[in-house]
Amino acid sequence: MQIVTPELGLIFWQLVIFGIVLILLRAFAWKPILSSLKERESSIEGALRMADQAKLEMQQLKAGNEKLLAEARMERDRILKEATDVSNQLIEQAKNKANEEGARMIVQAREAIQNEKNAALAEVKNTAAKLSIDIAERILRRELADQPAQQQLVDSYLQEVKLN
Amino acid sequence: MKRLLLALFCLLSFSVYANEPTPTQEEATDKEAFSPGEMILHHIGDAHEWHFATLGDENEHGTHFTIPLPVIAYRPSQGLSVFSSSQLAEGKTYQGLKLEHEHLVSEDGSKVYDFSITKNVASLILSAVLLLLVFTAVARGYAKRGSGAPKGIQSFFEPIIVFVRDEVAKKSIGPKYERYMPYLLTVFFFIWFNNLLGLLPGGANLTGNIAVTLTLAVLTLLITLFSSNKNYWHHIFATPGVPKPLLPIMIPVEIIGIFVKPFSLMVRLFANITAGHIVILSFISLIFIFRNIGVAPVTLAFGLFINMLELLVAILQAYIFTLLTAMYIGGAVEEHHDADYQIGGGDGPEQAHAHAH
Repeated sequence: MQIVTPELGLIFWQLVIFGIVLILLRAFAWKPILSSLKERESSIEGALRMADQAKLEMQQLKAGNEKLLAEARMERDRILKEATDVSNQLIEQAKNKANEEGARMIVQAREAIQNEKNAALAEVKNTAAKLSIDIAERILRRELADQPAQQQLVDSYLQEVKLN
Repeated sequence: MKRLLLALFCLLSFSVYANEPTPTQEEATDKEAFSPGEMILHHIGDAHEWHFATLGDENEHGTHFTIPLPVIAYRPSQGLSVFSSSQLAEGKTYQGLKLEHEHLVSEDGSKVYDFSITKNVASLILSAVLLLLVFTAVARGYAKRGSGAPKGIQSFFEPIIVFVRDEVAKKSIGPKYERYMPYLLTVFFFIWFNNLLGLLPGGANLTGNIAVTLTLAVLTLLITLFSSNKNYWHHIFATPGVPKPLLPIMIPVEIIGIFVKPFSLMVRLFANITAGHIVILSFISLIFIFRNIGVAPVTLAFGLFINMLELLVAILQAYIFTLLTAMYIGGAVEEHHDADYQIGGGDGPEQAHAHAH
């Protein structure tokens, strides 16, 4: 049963050589390999995290832009509405003013007509008075010449007046 | 220990045990008869020379293709003697030393400590050089490319290294895994590389040698014991939830458990690799047992199949050894995470202390 009997020589060499391999690999292979693996993993992780952050920032930016756009749209609508209002108001005002002006002009025209009418009436009165005075004067001039004729004259004048 | 090993080995590989008595019988009847048991044991055992092939007659006039290896023997009376193993070939005696069944003995029966560079030691050195070359090349890749994408040999070994780190070390040991990574990686690749080297024609059965697996298992045991914290010993000497009267039974069981774990590591690797070699060699032996070339296609097909299986076993056993090592270390360095379901009454403040870390 030689194969299940551990030999001292092989144990010795196994210890020595395995120990040397362990120490050398630890120093020249495992440490650099494991540290660069770790470094790479952390750099990948960092890059992924940064990408996520960038994505989030992009989303925020996009949302901000949309908000800005919406605000701008609202502002535009508001301005448009205001402008419409103002124009409507202006039109209304102009209409009102025109109406007022028209009314005022009508009133003025009426007043002028009235004045003209009054003036015409006054002139008619004056003319009538003057006519009366003229008649009276003529009567007074013919007084002494012919009494019946005077009477006749007065009558004719009066007839004339009536006709007027 | 030896007797226990023997009993275990008989159970594990009954076929070899059955083959064992045959050589003597056959040798007695027919000198030239092929004895598979002897051939297989010769192949899976250690040797003082590296034998590749023999042309012609095996015992007398054949041409042996062997590499003689240095014999290093220490005798307390005569000191150290170093010479080539070719001096001891074919049962010759040199400086009062001779080989008896590949075992170095002195003629006068005094004690000999054999530190020879045997076939296994030579294979061990070869694998050490290979490991160093391969993994310094991998490390150079990282030095050259920094944190860029891996290339070539680096990209072949990187997933394996990452697997050992993430699936074995991190999961079994926990946050303190980094300290044990060099040992785990070295053990994993050492076992894997040597398993594969052992499958090469003429290769040595290094990981199927009990001395090698014993050394690896003892290293694991020592690392486990030296990195153990008080929770580990608390578990052994005052197993939580076990009534006090049962402790006299539980403590010996737990102490045996400390040693059974590495013992199982040792036997598992040894038995798996040796058994694989024995099965392949048995299939090849069938050709010579039947003395018929017609058997060859069948045995070669089976041998090839087992060889493919052994390629899988090579990495599987490396993985299992590493995983179990990591689990044993993990058990030794574990903090009180499972304190919740433990019934132990007196360790309240201690738990709080452990959690505070």
